[in-house]
Amino acid sequence: MDAELRELYQQVILDHNKSPRNYRAMEHHNHDAEGYNPLCGDKIRIYLYIEDERIKDISFQGSGCAISKASASIMSSILKGKTVEEAEQFFEKFHNLITGRLSDDPAREDLGKLAVFEGVKEFPARVKCASLAWHTMLSALKEEKEIVSTEHE
Amino acid sequence: MVSDLKNEIIDIKKIRKDFPILKSTVHGKPLCYLDNAATTQKPMSVIDSISDYYKQKNSNIHRGVHFLSEAATKDYEGARTTIKNFINAASEKEIIFTRGTTESINLVANTFGRKFLGEGDEVIISEMEHHSNIVPWQILAEEKKFKLKVIPINDDGELLMEEFDRLLSPAVKLVSLIYVSNSIGTVNPVREVITKAHQKNIPVLIDAAQAVNHFPVDVKELDCDFLAFSGHKIYGPTGIGVLYGKENWLKQMPPYMGGGDMIASVSFEKTTFNELPYKFEAGTPDIAGAIGLGKAIEYITNIGLDKIAAYEAGLIEYTVGKLKEIEGVKILGNPAHRAGVVSFVVENIHPHDIGTFLDFEGVAVRTGHHCTQPVMDRYKIPATSRASFAFYNLKEEADILVNAVRKVIEVFK
Repeated sequence: MDAELRELYQQVILDHNKSPRNYRAMEHHNHDAEGYNPLCGDKIRIYLYIEDERIKDISFQGSGCAISKASASIMSSILKGKTVEEAEQFFEKFHNLITGRLSDDPAREDLGKLAVFEGVKEFPARVKCASLAWHTMLSALKEEKEIVSTEHE
Repeated sequence: MVSDLKNEIIDIKKIRKDFPILKSTVHGKPLCYLDNAATTQKPMSVIDSISDYYKQKNSNIHRGVHFLSEAATKDYEGARTTIKNFINAASEKEIIFTRGTTESINLVANTFGRKFLGEGDEVIISEMEHHSNIVPWQILAEEKKFKLKVIPINDDGELLMEEFDRLLSPAVKLVSLIYVSNSIGTVNPVREVITKAHQKNIPVLIDAAQAVNHFPVDVKELDCDFLAFSGHKIYGPTGIGVLYGKENWLKQMPPYMGGGDMIASVSFEKTTFNELPYKFEAGTPDIAGAIGLGKAIEYITNIGLDKIAAYEAGLIEYTVGKLKEIEGVKILGNPAHRAGVVSFVVENIHPHDIGTFLDFEGVAVRTGHHCTQPVMDRYKIPATSRASFAFYNLKEEADILVNAVRKVIEVFK
């Protein structure tokens, strides 16, 4: 496989695509939001259970490509137990990572598992795939009722 | 199976030399362009005609008495004649230049629709329409309070004709139908639809965007009232398209846009409109685009639409057969008559991922809903990968596609 392609589709991403974590509807959630990518028809719903400004539980459901599914899966495993403020900081970091604005940032060291998405920056058409879950999560945090669209990316 | 003989229907190797872009490489692989339903590549004669126009004849048409204006007008109107002959229209008055199929349909909606559609009326479309033949009617339906009726399709991706018969009530004032589905590839029985509609005096608009490039289309034989197509899907430039309309209808329809060239005389008290087809062509048109489209039609007419149809049919049959052999691949629809398009899904792999992997093999396909979300809903899928063919595609390119799909499946195993 081409090196650039291998960088995009790392094994971790393929694994999460195959068996996504926290892939379920959450019965007792107090925040949720739906995200939609009209370009490829991807749809995702994020469920959050927030208590004392902390994400006690997070799950998602939807259809999408490997990049978007893995992104949602990894996001859910990272954000579980984090505070709302931390989640917002992670969003910022992740967004900078996939749009190639994080190259010399000392913050890249805290990226942890998210680093596997660095290859996305070489594929402008796929940035929306990687960011859909994150935008939707942010919207769920704010409890915005309208459907989130990546068309404002 | 495609025999080698079939490859000789057209001298593909020679033809490919006319399309400079086909020599490109993508990610180090030769370009395998299978996104022809999105847009086709342009032969050198089309590209030259556009640059020659700007180098040698650039001026405005229908206005100047000077040499250049007359030369440009002659070429622009010459393109109209080429198009008239191509679809066998009765006269040049029936050929209106637009920006493309979308604008052609919007023109009919905004002129025919505004005049002839009202509360209680119905317009019939089908479940396999491109969004461009859904949305203009929806917008107008809201305003004029008429209803949109939809002919459903079966699992094979074919129109349920008995449902169409049922829908043909006295309330129906127009049938607007896609000739060839851009997401399934179905060739619809438009002749039958038109005959049935005409028995009840209902006019029919045909969206021929994916038809005129694949087989001969004769508006007299079809007896359609309107026919729309785009230049860029028939080897011509983007930004130019055609609306054919029967003169009798066009005469009764109000103008589309107001402005220069569409008038006979203007005063602040009253404006009289120009004759056909100029009544519908306000403002300076895409002159170079029209000339380029004329050249594109000359190019394919020289090859022969019958030959193109025969060659492409073999290529499609071969591709469908090869894709079916792959475990986990499902082809969208199974229409008895197919042209241009093979849409497929692969078990557990999203079309977007397939598209990216194919790109790295040099293969350009379209992934997504192809502006036909109702079709995706019908099959309960979010998207497909779509390979779409032109006469310059080789059997070897179908093999490259098939091998690339096998590779993706291997990675996602």
